[in-house]
Amino acid sequence: MRGLWRTTGSALSRGPTPSRGPTLVRDVALVCLADGLVGLSFGATAVAGGLPWWVPVAMSVLVFAGGSQIAAVGVVLAGGSPFAAVAAGAVLNTRLFPYGLAVADVVGPAEQSDRARIDASGAGAGRTVRRWLIRLLGAQVITDESVAFALRQTDPARRRAAFWTCGLSLFAAWNVAVALGVLAGSVVRNTNAFGLDATFPAVLIALALPALAELRTRVSAGTGAVIAVALTPVLPAGLPVLAALAGLATGWRPRRRTTERTGPPRADRRTGNRTASSIDPVTGER
Amino acid sequence: MPLLAIVILAAITYALRLAGTLFRDRIALPPAAAVLFADAAAVLLIALAATSGLMNGHDFAGWARPAGVLVAGLLAARRVPFPVVVLAAACVTALLRLAGVA
Repeated sequence: MRGLWRTTGSALSRGPTPSRGPTLVRDVALVCLADGLVGLSFGATAVAGGLPWWVPVAMSVLVFAGGSQIAAVGVVLAGGSPFAAVAAGAVLNTRLFPYGLAVADVVGPAEQSDRARIDASGAGAGRTVRRWLIRLLGAQVITDESVAFALRQTDPARRRAAFWTCGLSLFAAWNVAVALGVLAGSVVRNTNAFGLDATFPAVLIALALPALAELRTRVSAGTGAVIAVALTPVLPAGLPVLAALAGLATGWRPRRRTTERTGPPRADRRTGNRTASSIDPVTGER
Repeated sequence: MPLLAIVILAAITYALRLAGTLFRDRIALPPAAAVLFADAAAVLLIALAATSGLMNGHDFAGWARPAGVLVAGLLAARRVPFPVVVLAAACVTALLRLAGVA
């Protein structure tokens, strides 16, 4: 689902103040609507492509990461092995790790520094269990969107409210939309007549666009795409996409060395400054 | 796609999510690693878009699909709202097929 907030977010970010209260609910609803459309397409395309109904449904509940779900199903529908599908999905989801670092303070329940220590010393065992359950649940709703909403808030309580409102709403909206898509896909046999096969690559491009701000990334991605398309006629499905990762070498290494050693110490030239958290989560800009 | 594959992908995904929240105080992710993660994701997404937009199995998919994807990509680059991007891809491809373009 990465990047969906970029386009909806441009509408959201018009107001100078971060969304709160009714505004937060409205903004979250807009994002849920946009993602719902993707979920609908995902469910319909998966079953129309011949997968059993429970595959998109189970993925949406258990994996709950739109980009990797679309990627994995795309690999399988192209005839790729489950291993290649899992590998592609897992690489896409590595970004969730820095996201977790960024929102760790709001995923669990509110920190009670002094009380927590007292609780831990005896009567609070039940509360400790509850704190862990909330944290385990919160981790599952870490997405591009919920992290984006959380990072737009400065006040800790508002950060927490934004994260949980977006995370839980999106979980509900995504899964309902995928289920509806599965129904639609099993009724309409020939989804190609409606051009649904074009929505998958379209979604993937929209997801990748915010990350293509730098020339280095564009060179890597372009090289990777050429490698993948060129290998598709000869390699088993799924492998060409993984082979595209070789494109990283073209854009990444040489440029990074030169800017690190000889580049001027301006913040915008230092690639090390461009971490996942330095991407504006709302506009997708760095 | 076997259930086991879904469960493995779900487990890896959840582990990545939870690890971030647990290790916040203990580790600092090297900036270069974060950049590599982001770049790898972008490379995969674009490679998938290219192969699924142009190819059908081992062969060329025909012109209707890449045309729809191209229009969607241009709209997305112009920051058109996401639902419009998705609908445009489907509509362009569907209309071209209706007109007889494979």
